[in-house]
Amino acid sequence: MALLALQRVTRSYRADRPAVIEDLSFCLEAGEYVAIMGESGVGKSTLLNLIAGLDRADAGTITLDGTELTSLDDDAMTLVRRRSMGFVFQAFHVLPYLTAAANVALPLELLGWPEDRRAARVAAMLGEVGLAAAGERLPRELSGGELQRVALARALAHAPRLLLADEPTGNLDPRTAAQVLEVLRTQVKAHGGAGILITHSQTAAATADRSFVFDGRALTPRLP
Amino acid sequence: MRAPGRARVAFAVLAAQLRDRPLRLAVTIGAIALGIALTAGVYFVNSSALTEFAQATRALTGGADLVVDGGRAGIAERLYPELARDARVAAASPVLEVDAALAAGGSLTILGVDPFRAGELEPALYGDLTSSFFDLVQPRAIALSAAAAASLGLARGDALAIRVGRDEVRLRVVAVLPETAYARRLGIMDIGAAQWALGRLGRLTRIELRLVPGTDAARLAAGLALPPGAVAATPAAVEGRAATLSRAYRVNLNMLALVALLTGAFLVFATQLLSTLRRRGQFALLRALGVRRAEIGLAVLLEGALVGLAGGALGTAVGWLIADLVLGRLGGDLGAGLLGGAPLAVRASPLACGAFVALGTAVAIAGSWLPARRVAAMAPARALKGGDPEFTLLDRRGRALGIGLLLTGAATAFLPPLGGLPLAGYASIALMLFGALLLVPQFAMAVLALLRPRDHAIARLAIAQLKGTVAQSAVSLAAVVVSFSLMVAMAIMVHSFRESFERWLGEVLPADLYLRIAPGNDTVVLGSAEAAAIAATPGVLRTEFRRSVPIALAPDLPTVALIARPLDAKTLAGLPWVVRPVGTSALTPVYVSEAVRDLYGAKPGSTLRLPVGGQLHAVSVAGVWRDYARSSGAIVIERATYEAWTHDDGATEGAAWLAPGASATAVAAALGRRLALGASVDFISTTRLKERSLAAFDRAFAITYALEAIAVGIGLAGVAFAFASQALGRRAEFGVLRHLGVSRRSLRLLLAGEGALVGLVGALYGLITGGVLSLVLVYVVNRQSFHWSLTLVIPGLELAAAAGALVVAAAVTATIAARAVLSPSAVRAVREDW
Repeated sequence: MALLALQRVTRSYRADRPAVIEDLSFCLEAGEYVAIMGESGVGKSTLLNLIAGLDRADAGTITLDGTELTSLDDDAMTLVRRRSMGFVFQAFHVLPYLTAAANVALPLELLGWPEDRRAARVAAMLGEVGLAAAGERLPRELSGGELQRVALARALAHAPRLLLADEPTGNLDPRTAAQVLEVLRTQVKAHGGAGILITHSQTAAATADRSFVFDGRALTPRLP
Repeated sequence: MRAPGRARVAFAVLAAQLRDRPLRLAVTIGAIALGIALTAGVYFVNSSALTEFAQATRALTGGADLVVDGGRAGIAERLYPELARDARVAAASPVLEVDAALAAGGSLTILGVDPFRAGELEPALYGDLTSSFFDLVQPRAIALSAAAAASLGLARGDALAIRVGRDEVRLRVVAVLPETAYARRLGIMDIGAAQWALGRLGRLTRIELRLVPGTDAARLAAGLALPPGAVAATPAAVEGRAATLSRAYRVNLNMLALVALLTGAFLVFATQLLSTLRRRGQFALLRALGVRRAEIGLAVLLEGALVGLAGGALGTAVGWLIADLVLGRLGGDLGAGLLGGAPLAVRASPLACGAFVALGTAVAIAGSWLPARRVAAMAPARALKGGDPEFTLLDRRGRALGIGLLLTGAATAFLPPLGGLPLAGYASIALMLFGALLLVPQFAMAVLALLRPRDHAIARLAIAQLKGTVAQSAVSLAAVVVSFSLMVAMAIMVHSFRESFERWLGEVLPADLYLRIAPGNDTVVLGSAEAAAIAATPGVLRTEFRRSVPIALAPDLPTVALIARPLDAKTLAGLPWVVRPVGTSALTPVYVSEAVRDLYGAKPGSTLRLPVGGQLHAVSVAGVWRDYARSSGAIVIERATYEAWTHDDGATEGAAWLAPGASATAVAAALGRRLALGASVDFISTTRLKERSLAAFDRAFAITYALEAIAVGIGLAGVAFAFASQALGRRAEFGVLRHLGVSRRSLRLLLAGEGALVGLVGALYGLITGGVLSLVLVYVVNRQSFHWSLTLVIPGLELAAAAGALVVAAAVTATIAARAVLSPSAVRAVREDW
């Protein structure tokens, strides 16, 4: 059974306009790390919102680990996100009033992990992203690359089944971007889940197992 | 582009922002308007009432340059020809003014005037009485003011029955004066007829003098040989004496209104500061485009000025409406019973209205000044990059200034009154309040550090968020702290006052039943026959009778009540002493209230000269007692001594102790039948008297409670605006939290938690600050305003409830104000960069 399965998913915002996503079907297996590319405005963000349960499809189903997400109410979907998903954004979105360690610990706190176990996991994650000594620093004291690594550590702290990275290197220089992409791929593979990378960059897409081009209707495999 | 052009560009950018955020603009203008409305409203009420009172006084004194006033005791008629013959006096008019008891109940002020002489000082009187001039000189003829005729339902030709002693005297209404003549409810008689009908033969109340042009009125007054108890004063001084009665009360009301203005100013400061922080990117862009720091600062100030102008104009108009409503419902003294209480119309000059509009503008500019400086000082590079705003109230200078203001404010509280007003006390409160506000961040951090919820992620997030943004939170806290601490201070003061007042009532009302001659009644007294009849009434065990007369100890101060009563050891022991009598003196001992001690320097052991019975009597101040009934002062003297000086054995008040099981109501009814004085005598049980007194107290402070509630409301509006303003900048943050699996309910809980924490810090700090400020109110402001002392009593339960309500209100307010962050569009804000 696929880890993530989209079956004939459709989403449109206005009846008088073409659907943003129309009759899309797609499967992602556990352990897979895929990249999705597409032109601006084609609906990549909408696709991510649908998968994350932050938007509702007009038709079709989305299933994660056998659970049909499209049938869940908001609270239930929130719990799925809390337990099973991790997110990395282009603008980092690290909470400015929490230290790096506290940011990474946040998903674990929401899941009710005890303090000692939480601390150990945070230390480990910060070590994996190369920020072992930066735990007590505030976001304003970190560079863009460091911030994105903190965000990555936060997204992976609770070993999510599905990692969604929305243009994670868009604000980074090429060298830092390469470091972040390497960590992304390594962590996805290490935790046995799956990962979706939304990107404009062919270099970034090349780090994935497979690449697709999204045109709103279909995810067409992209040749290397 | 030239400098003014660049500033104009900067302002245009800001103005566009304002138009784009109509709610924020409305909140800011509303805050100013509310503060100005309350301040202007109280000012309009006070000025209208005093203008009315002054006009009424001037209507009575007419064109007089000097008034020789004998008060209620009066002066001998023979003084009139002596003064009239003085070469410096151009015209003299004798006046007898008596509050006569009406047979049907109530009283009427009757002026006995010499129509010919009075017309010399007030020619308009001739016109008013044209058709009935000669009717007035008939025996028992009376002309009524329009207000009196309307209230009594009388017209020309009708009879008016008054009570003089035990007799009923019937007067004939010969004219109803035009409304423009006298606004007050009064009657005018020929002075001879009045003296005869009212039992005042040979006595006058005052003599009004018009002086020869060029005569120095003050010098003439100083040189007059007047009998004891009579004073010579200009009409302005007469008005001033009456205004003094209510001055402290009115000043306190003005200060309360200023509380609302101050809180509104803080709200403006908070909104301007937070909005400039939120727009720092735009300001940085303008700097990058070549607009200078000073020009941006000028644009922010201009924005503030326009907001203030709009708020000031709106507030002045609303203040007028508030004053009109209050004057119509409560009268000019807002229910305190100090200025008459009749419905009035608003009287306010265009200058006064313009001043309030200017005040609103000034407040908004002041509130924008610091934000303008901060904005101008911002480093544009950092602001363009984004990240945390470089703003802090936590610098050392702020802390040092805060501590300095607290200490200076504490020292200022010990200064004496200025012009009889507790201005140093008000200054002390303002200084300490400002000082406390500068230390809000420290306090907030200390409280937040104590809160360590172990296993509640949302609570920890709320605490962390506030700790991380304590400087910005301190701004929104400021409005809450200002309003809540002042509310706490007022609540402690009023509660202390009420508890002290209630305790005092228990001490000064030991009997079961009280009776008194109805107020505003000079023509009925309880003689020895009436006293005997009362004492012999079934159910009455013991009685005590008192005579209360007003005496003037200084020309520029209101009269003091001289209370003549039997003073045995038990009675003396039961007085509410502040300084118990000690030692003996050869002079007659008297016991003064705190007001007499403070106003006349009558400390125990000192000597006073009392004008009683037409002579000055030297007496010794033996003790000081607490009196909440008379802010202008009271002196207690042995009744036998008073009777010996005056040969007046009449009483105006009495107290009766009843036999066990006797009903106060039944005994009062029996007394009424025995005395047969109708409505000229009031009977009231002690229980009812206490209830009525406390109700009057609560009524007098009703406006205080309303102003306090409004001030707290303004503070909460500050919380609402701060949260709404911050919410916009936190949309992405809340979007991230939703992505991390925080439900909408948890986000609402987070917002509520943050609001509750702000409320908690504000409440705790407000309780501490307000407690300190209450000491100034109780021991300095109240003491210097009204010359009576209070026992400090803290209403712990009520304050705890108020603090709890504030915490809840802040939580609800924050949740509602920031609910936009819970919308789906907010979640998508994490991808706004697309």
